[in-house]
Amino acid sequence: MTAQELLPSLEKSLGTKIQHKTEFRGETTYTISPVDLREIAQFCRDELSFDYLIDITSIDNFGEEPRFEIVYELYSMAIGIYLRLKLSVSEDVGSVDTVSDTWPTANWHEREIYDMMGIKFNGHPDLRRILMWDGYPFFPLRKEFPLEGLPSEMPDVAFTKVTPMEGGPFVTKPSTATARDREPRARPPEL
Amino acid sequence: MPEVHSTAYDSKIEGNVIFTRFDAALNWVRKNSLWPMPMGLACCAIELMATAASRFDIARFGAEVMRFSPRQCDVMIVAGTVTYKMALAVKRIYEQMPEPKWVIAMGACASTGGMYRSYAVLQGIDQLLPVDVYISGCPPRPEALLAGLMKLQEKISGEKSFAAQKPELTKKLNEALA
Repeated sequence: MTAQELLPSLEKSLGTKIQHKTEFRGETTYTISPVDLREIAQFCRDELSFDYLIDITSIDNFGEEPRFEIVYELYSMAIGIYLRLKLSVSEDVGSVDTVSDTWPTANWHEREIYDMMGIKFNGHPDLRRILMWDGYPFFPLRKEFPLEGLPSEMPDVAFTKVTPMEGGPFVTKPSTATARDREPRARPPEL
Repeated sequence: MPEVHSTAYDSKIEGNVIFTRFDAALNWVRKNSLWPMPMGLACCAIELMATAASRFDIARFGAEVMRFSPRQCDVMIVAGTVTYKMALAVKRIYEQMPEPKWVIAMGACASTGGMYRSYAVLQGIDQLLPVDVYISGCPPRPEALLAGLMKLQEKISGEKSFAAQKPELTKKLNEALA
């Protein structure tokens, strides 16, 4: 079975709930609404054999509304095809339903998104930070968070300081030019 | 067959008595049995393990006894990236080590934060611990770690160990002699 044979059944059952469809190099992306997420996730797993949740990521479109996007990367072990689900979350809502009961692996992915981006997951069994410590006051992957960090202090647990950037960030310039032109240097951001 | 003489110590001539300075004897003992606390936090720990293995053989310098309890260690080898989340744990382990103790910052990350100029990484373990030897490299080769260990041995052999160990007694002796 291929994606062309499988996915029409999803579109048939949930047609109205799919806001947008994109095809790119044989991979399909559906844009959906956050309220339909759990129903569509359950359908994808049970009816369409997407038994493997590869990853959940989040995107910060700072300055736009809705601000955040969450991307679910699905794979079917039985058939070998990919499916991507995208949904938007505005900063005011700031939360989306969990899918950790559908795919248990979502538990830690959602904790990571909560830790780095500050999006909450309704119904998550254990929504704690996963990389930074409990009590760290910032969400470091948000666009307004500076690369060099912000100072914080939790006595006996951890602290952070502002990193000296020394003219950086030091970035390479990918091209076919000589190593001297490509090597990491402090480059002003291209606006 | 020519007769072999030991140049360092001839028991037939010198008997069972050795004359030396107390500091020299103490330092000699200390520097040749430095037991490391392997604080392996990133890829430098792989080179640390290679240094301990047979090809480079850190046992040649008396430092093969990697103790995973800080209570039995003399030198902490901070091998790898120290994140802020780990920083106070490293400090706590250092504080649990008995005196005298030394610290080797192995590699770029432990020395300065290395390539991680980021919100999550402590910019050098010397912000928390007194570092004796810094080793450059990313990661340093085992030879570099051995060179760092030998530098530390040199440093130890010049220390005023007795005065540091018994400050009150030294003070009394100095007063009596004055």
